[in-house]
Amino acid sequence: MRPAIWRLSFRHALAHPLRTGIIALCIGLSVFLPLTVQTLMARYRHTLTARATSTPLVAGSKGNRFDLTLTALYFRRGGVSTIPLRASEELTSDSLCVPIPLNARFTAQDVPIVAIATEYFAFRGLTPSSGTLPLRLGDCVLGSSVARRLSLAQGDHLYSDQREVYDISKPPALKMRITGVLAPSGLPDDEVIFTDLKTAWVLEGAAHGHDDPKTIDRATLLAQTESHISISGALIEYNEITPQNAASFHIHGDREALPLSAIIVLPRDEKAATILRARFNASPAWQMVVPSQVIDDLLSYVFRIKSFLDAIAILMGATTGLLIALVILLSMRLRAREMLTLNRLGCRRFTVLGMLVTEMVMIMSVGAVIGLAASAGAIALAPNLIQSL
Amino acid sequence: MSDLVSLSDVRFSYPGPGAFSLRIDSLSIARAEHVACVGPSGSGKTTLIHLIAGILVPESGEVRLGRHRISHLGNGHRRALRAREIGMVFQEFELLEYLSSLDNILLPFFVSGGLRATAEIRRRARDLADRLGVAHTLPRRPRRLSQGERQRIAIARALLGSPSLLMCDEPTGNLDPHTADTTLDLLFDQARAHDAAVLMVTHNHAILDRFDRVVDVTSLARLEPVR
Repeated sequence: MRPAIWRLSFRHALAHPLRTGIIALCIGLSVFLPLTVQTLMARYRHTLTARATSTPLVAGSKGNRFDLTLTALYFRRGGVSTIPLRASEELTSDSLCVPIPLNARFTAQDVPIVAIATEYFAFRGLTPSSGTLPLRLGDCVLGSSVARRLSLAQGDHLYSDQREVYDISKPPALKMRITGVLAPSGLPDDEVIFTDLKTAWVLEGAAHGHDDPKTIDRATLLAQTESHISISGALIEYNEITPQNAASFHIHGDREALPLSAIIVLPRDEKAATILRARFNASPAWQMVVPSQVIDDLLSYVFRIKSFLDAIAILMGATTGLLIALVILLSMRLRAREMLTLNRLGCRRFTVLGMLVTEMVMIMSVGAVIGLAASAGAIALAPNLIQSL
Repeated sequence: MSDLVSLSDVRFSYPGPGAFSLRIDSLSIARAEHVACVGPSGSGKTTLIHLIAGILVPESGEVRLGRHRISHLGNGHRRALRAREIGMVFQEFELLEYLSSLDNILLPFFVSGGLRATAEIRRRARDLADRLGVAHTLPRRPRRLSQGERQRIAIARALLGSPSLLMCDEPTGNLDPHTADTTLDLLFDQARAHDAAVLMVTHNHAILDRFDRVVDVTSLARLEPVR
């Protein structure tokens, strides 16, 4: 193709910016929609499947299995009832598995606080890039993205979000000490704050610390027997756990009933997994699921939506194709006089056709680049799709 | 003076019911000769120009341009010969609105297979525009030019390839008498400078004395109903 043809085509496209812009945008949209949906869906599928496959079993209270799996895998809050600590302890009784209990019911600055057994860090291969894992009650370690986003580092402090601001009987916001920041993993673990289970129970109000009853104001002492002391809810609880007051923290009520959101279960082998599932699922209140199966079921729902989006993309592509055909036909009609002039000046038919095709190729290329750029932008701006589940 | 253009026993008819066929027994134009072509509307003036340019092909007879029998050449060869040997100024100028004046002058070199818009051609285009007094309009698009400026850009386009034959279809039809005179001066000057023959279709009888010869199409050609 002669450079002059490119020049003429380019000039014609530039001289009709509205027409050129509409076609380019139509093309861009036709590229953007299927490409973005396809890429995000592929990423979505890969991420979900990879994390689910690496997690053999998840136990929790009976209810929505999708909620349970997403809570255990992605620390999604809400939607699941708690399961008592007793369930986790029962799982350890015959050494068929290693249970990793977790509680993901609280937040700090709207970031999930995941209280979890220390085995979890080895299971996911998470190591601190600075500082250490939580060492004592009230300690926490930050996921890399959280540390960056909140501009926090080892040695800083972080307050949990208080759920009941106007009820003084509820536990206060807890000031937690940051002992370290985890190395980036590219997993949802980068987006949360980890602490130990006992700290979660302090956040629940199931455990607390306060001044020695022997030294407190007598007005807050409601009743006292040899074995039991009742104190008014007006007594100020500690909102920070320090070496000085750590010993005063204690749990009220039945320890085995302490709440968990879910339990990640690492069975010894396939047979152990089968036995555990059969045994656990016999309980009327609990369930144990295979995350990979649950995620497959979830993806089948999601991919039904994708089929719908694919149909829209095909429809849009066909519409764009028809629009381009219409534009070419109208252009040929509108440019009939120009074609006649070119013919009279000695222009070959092939050259005239080349000009039309070249112009369309240029506009389609620009549209494709717009679509690709927009798609790349959308994909880059949607890294937390899984987190938003 | 040797003939540049010659037509003999040419017959051409447009298709369709009620159409007329045009017959021309003989016509010749010498090199560097300036010929005016007159006649009422519909008498076949534009058809004559198109036959000479090879845009239309006669049913019978022969049209020669120099040593070429243009009426017997294939489509591609006729286009190439037209681009190389003939400069045309159309009644409506036929400038492309999306190109600058300079690109309009260079247009035949952009679109014709055998021509290339080399640096020398570009220099000549600027030089021609300068001599025609439209150098300042070269970056502008045609819609920003006056009628006279558009006219001169069209003439520059026709002259750029140094054609041996310059054919103009009512080039002064839309101009006031003064601008028409000036334009004709420029056209003839440039044609003489390039040793080109001129065949101009016109209804303006006031300018006929400026031509070497005047051909009345009504006496030259016969219109017959198509049987």
